[in-house]
Amino acid sequence: MSSYSVTEPSQKSKTVAAVLVIAYALITMVPLVWIILTGFKSPADAISYPPKVVFDPTLEGYVNLFTTRTRVTPEDLEALGPPETWYDAIVRQYDMVIAGPSKFGERFLNSIIIGFGSTFLSIFLGTLAAYAFSRFRIPLADDLLFFILSTRMMPPIAVAIPIFLMYRQLGLSDTHLGMILLYTAVNISLAVWLLKGFIDEIPREYEEAALIDGYTRFQAFYKVVLPQAATGIASTAIFCLIFAWNEYAFAVLLTSATAQTAPPFIPTIIGVGGLDWPAVAAGATLFLLPVMIFTIVLRKHLLRGITFGAVRK
Amino acid sequence: MSDSIADKAARATPPRVARKVRGLSDRAIAWIFVAPTIFLLLAINIFPLIWTIRLSFTDFRANRQGREVEWVGLRNYERILTDSDVWLSMQATAHFLIWTIALQVILGFALAWLINRKFKGNDLWTTIIVLPMMLSPAVVGNFWSFLYQPQIGLFNYVIAFLTGQNASSFDMLGSVDLAPWSIVIVDTWMWTPFVMLICLAGLRSIPDYIYEAAEIDRASQWRQFFTITIPMVLPFLMLAVLFRGIENFKMFDLVVQLTGGGPGNVTTLTSIDLKREAFEKWRTGYASAYAIILFVTVFGLASIYVKALNKVKER
Amino acid sequence: MKTFKLASASALALAGATWGGTAAAEDLTLCWAAWDPANALVELSKDFEAQSGHTMNFEFVPWPNFADRMLNELNSGGKLCDLLIGDSQWIGGGAENGHYVKLNDFFDAEGISMDDFADAAVYAYSTWPKGTENYYALPAMGDANGWFYRKDWFTDPEIMAAYEAETGQALREPESQKELMQIAKFFQGREIDGQERYGVSIFTERGSEGITMGVTGALYAWGFQYENEPGSYDMVGAVNSAEAVEALEFYKELYECCTPPGYTNSYMGESLDAFKSGQVAMAMNWFAFFPGLFADPDIGGEKIDFFVNPPQNKDASTLGGQGISVVSYSDKQDAALEYIKWFAQPEVQQRWWDLGGYAVHKSVLEDPSFIESQPFAGDFLEAMNAVQDFWQEPTYAELLLAMQERIHNYVVADQGTAQEALDMLIEDWTEVFEDDGKL
Repeated sequence: MSSYSVTEPSQKSKTVAAVLVIAYALITMVPLVWIILTGFKSPADAISYPPKVVFDPTLEGYVNLFTTRTRVTPEDLEALGPPETWYDAIVRQYDMVIAGPSKFGERFLNSIIIGFGSTFLSIFLGTLAAYAFSRFRIPLADDLLFFILSTRMMPPIAVAIPIFLMYRQLGLSDTHLGMILLYTAVNISLAVWLLKGFIDEIPREYEEAALIDGYTRFQAFYKVVLPQAATGIASTAIFCLIFAWNEYAFAVLLTSATAQTAPPFIPTIIGVGGLDWPAVAAGATLFLLPVMIFTIVLRKHLLRGITFGAVRK
Repeated sequence: MSDSIADKAARATPPRVARKVRGLSDRAIAWIFVAPTIFLLLAINIFPLIWTIRLSFTDFRANRQGREVEWVGLRNYERILTDSDVWLSMQATAHFLIWTIALQVILGFALAWLINRKFKGNDLWTTIIVLPMMLSPAVVGNFWSFLYQPQIGLFNYVIAFLTGQNASSFDMLGSVDLAPWSIVIVDTWMWTPFVMLICLAGLRSIPDYIYEAAEIDRASQWRQFFTITIPMVLPFLMLAVLFRGIENFKMFDLVVQLTGGGPGNVTTLTSIDLKREAFEKWRTGYASAYAIILFVTVFGLASIYVKALNKVKER
Repeated sequence: MKTFKLASASALALAGATWGGTAAAEDLTLCWAAWDPANALVELSKDFEAQSGHTMNFEFVPWPNFADRMLNELNSGGKLCDLLIGDSQWIGGGAENGHYVKLNDFFDAEGISMDDFADAAVYAYSTWPKGTENYYALPAMGDANGWFYRKDWFTDPEIMAAYEAETGQALREPESQKELMQIAKFFQGREIDGQERYGVSIFTERGSEGITMGVTGALYAWGFQYENEPGSYDMVGAVNSAEAVEALEFYKELYECCTPPGYTNSYMGESLDAFKSGQVAMAMNWFAFFPGLFADPDIGGEKIDFFVNPPQNKDASTLGGQGISVVSYSDKQDAALEYIKWFAQPEVQQRWWDLGGYAVHKSVLEDPSFIESQPFAGDFLEAMNAVQDFWQEPTYAELLLAMQERIHNYVVADQGTAQEALDMLIEDWTEVFEDDGKL
C-alpha cells in the first residue's frame, strides 16, 4: 500500500503494458523479417504456394542482384569448362552465364552521391540561414520562416511538372547535380527549422564574449557556435540523408540512365521472366539496412527530427 | 524579442571594438547567410510554382514540341472541377486520409500510453516499433504488394490462420472493396510509430505534480485520464495529425507501388491521378491547373488547422 | 556441334574483316527493355565489339517504365541512346516527329534488303506510314502473344479421363477461344497433387499496356478492327462492333471464371509467376519468354508445351516485338549504322535465334531445321503470319492509356457493360485524334 505512487505505475500494469507493446513490436517486425528471409530464398521458394517458412538458404538472390545473366546454348556452356567461382556455379545451374554486373551497384552509388551531396549542401546552407534567423534581426523573419516551411506542403508531383520542364531546358534532368539541388531545396526547410532550434539553445553570451575578445562574426560563428551545435548538425544531417535516401517521386520522374537512385530501381529488378523476388528482397535489405542502423543510433533525436523541431523530448 | 539581447550587446560594444569587427556589418552577414537558401527556394520552389500557374491557363503539352500553345483562360480549372474522375480521386484521398489518421491516432496513443508505463526494456521495443517509418515507402510498398499476394504472399496466410478462412478466398489489392483498406493498413503499419512518438513526448511533458494534486483530491483514474492526460496531450496529438494529414494528402510512392491506383480507380489518390495527367497523358496545362488546386487545398486546410491548433495550445 | 560453332565464328570474323578501316572507336549505347532477350543481346553483341572496335553500352529499362522513359527521352531530344529497340507502336511518332533516322538510303547503299525479313515483321516494325517502303527500323525481335500449358497435366490419363467425362471431348491444345475457356473452367478449383489449381493466367495490368495486350488476343480473334477503312479514323461500328462486344465479354468471363485469385493487375511477370508456382494450367505471355520457360528446371522441359493464340472467327495474334532504330539526336550515327549492318547479317541472325532472340530473317525462319530447333518455333511462325498490332500513331501513348482505363474498369473493376466501355473508348480516341489534327 505504502509503496503506491501515482507517477510510478504498479507492477501489474507494467507487465500488461510490456506484453501488449512487445506483441505489437513483434507483429510490426514480421514484414521486415520476411523481406530479409526472402532475400535468401531461391526464386522457386520465394513464389512457392503456399509460402515457405522453412527453406534451404541460398545466395542466389544476392548473386542475381549484382549480375545480369544470359542463357547460352549447351555447346557454349560446355566449351566454357567448369565454373570458376561459387557465384558462377549458382548461375550455371540454370544453363546461364554471367554477362556482366547489374545496374544495382551504380544505382546504390547514385543514392550515396545524391544523398550525401544534398545532405552536405542542405546542412551548409541551412546552418548559415539558421544562424542568421537565430541571431540577427531579419525583416519579416516569421514570414520567411513560414515560407520556408510551406514549400514542404506542395505535393512533389505538382512541383515536378515545371521542374521537369526547367531541368530539360537547363540540361539538368537526369544529372547528379540536378537531383542534389532538388533534394537540397526540399530538405533545406527541415534543416533550417531544426538547426534554428539547436542554435537558439546555445547561449549568446559565448559569442558575445568572443566578439569582445576581438573575434569577427565569422570567427565567432565558426569557432564558437559550430562546435556547440555539432550534435544538432549531425542529427539534422542524418534526417536530411534519410529523406534523400528514401525519396521516390522525383527520382522516378526526373532520372533515368545516369542519375537514377535505388528506390525506383529496386522494385523493377527483373530475373528470368518477371520480377526476381529474392533479388528484389536482397536489394531492399541492403538498401534498408543503413537506415535501420541510423534509426537505432539516432533514437534520442528521432522526435525532433521527424517533427521539424516542433516537438522536443 | 529575440533581437533585444543582440541589440543591447551591439549598443554596449564600444565604437572602437565595433570598428575592429572587420569588414562586414551584422546586417550584411545576416543577408549573406540567408540569401543562398532563399535563392535556392525561389529557383526550385517559387519560380516553378509561378510557371505552373502560368501553364495552368494554357493547353500546353510537354510531349509535343512544335505545337502551338493557346491561352484557354479558366477552362482547365472548369474541366477539373466538373470532372467526375477528379472527384472520385478526391473521395479516395479523403477515405485514405480519414482512416489512416483515425487508426494511427488510436493505435499511436494507446502504444504511447502503454510505453509510458515505463516497463523494463521499453526503450528497446520503442526503437523496434519505430523502424518501419524510417524506410523507403516505395520499397516498402513494393514488398507489401508481394505480402498481399493471395497465393504466395504471407499476409493472406496469416489472416487465414487466424480466421480459419481459405487464404486464397480474398484478394487485398485486387478487390474493389478491399483495396482501399489495403493501403490504409500499410500506411498505418508504417506511420503509427510517428503518432506514438509525438504522444509519448506529450505524455512525458506532463509534470508529475499535477497527478499528485489530483490524487490528493481523490480524483479517480478515469477522471485523471480525461481531465489531465487527454487535454495535456491534445496539442501534441493535433500536431501529429497535421503532419500526417499533409504527408498523406501528398501520398504517392507507397500507393503507386502497392496498387498503382487500381483496381479500376478505387485507390487512385489525387497525386496518382495528377501523375497520370501530367506524365502519361502529357496534358501539361490541365495537370498544372490540377496541381494548383491541390496546393491551394492543402495550404488552405493546413492554415485553418494551424489556427485551431494555436487556440488549443493557448488554453 | 563444335565444328558448327567454329564455322559460324569464322564467318563472323570474315564479315567483320570486310569493314576494316572504319572511323575511330565509339562508345555506343543501345536502349531496350530489361528482359531475357536483352541479356542475350549483350552476349551476342560481344562479337560486334570484337570486330568493330566500338564499345557497346546497354540501357535496359524495365517494361512498366520502358515506354514512359524512352518516349520522354526522345521527346526531349536526349542523346542517351544511339540505338533504340523501340516498341512497334512507337514507329509513327518516331517517324513523324523525326526521332528516328530514315534508313532507306543506308539499306540501299549497304545492300540490305527488307525482302530478306519476314513480311509481317517488316510491315509492323519498320514501315511508316504503314505498308509503304519508308523504313525507320530494322526488324530486331519478332514477338507475339502466345500460350503455354502444363503438358504433364494435359497428358495425365486420370485428368484426361475426367475432362472427357465432364465435357465429352478430348483434352488437347485448344483450337478456339471458347475451347480454351472450357479447359480453363475444367482446371479451375481442381485439386491436383494435393493443391488447388486454377485455369489460366491472363494479362490484366492497368499501369502500362498489360490488359490491352491481353484483351486484343480475344478481340482480334473475333475479327476486331480499329477502323472501318484503314487510315480513315472512322471507328464507330468497327471498335464497337457486335464481335468486339462479344470478345470483350468473353475476356471478362475468362477473367472471372478461370484466373487464380489475386491476378487483378498482372502482366508478364505475374503471369510467369502464376505458372511457375504451379497455380495455373495455362497462361498467356510473349514468345520472348518461351526459351526461358522451356529451360526452367521446375516446370520446363517435358512438363511444358506451347500453342498459338487460338482463333475464334479468324486466326489472329497480338503483336509484340520491336525494330532497331538509329536515334536522330545521336552524335554517333555512323557507328550505330554499323551495328545495324552487322546485326542484319544472316550468320548473326542465326546466332541471335540460338541465344534466345527471335530473329525474323528469312534465312533463319526458312531454314528446314528451324521448326524442330525449339518446341515453340512452329507456333512462332504461325503466330507471326497472323499478327495484328495496336495503333502505331504518334499519339499511341494516349490511345493506349484510354484503352487501358476503359478495359480495366470494365473487366477488373466491373463497371458498366462491354458496349459502354467500347463506346466510351471511341469517344476518348476521337478526342485524341481531334487534338492531333487527324480528325
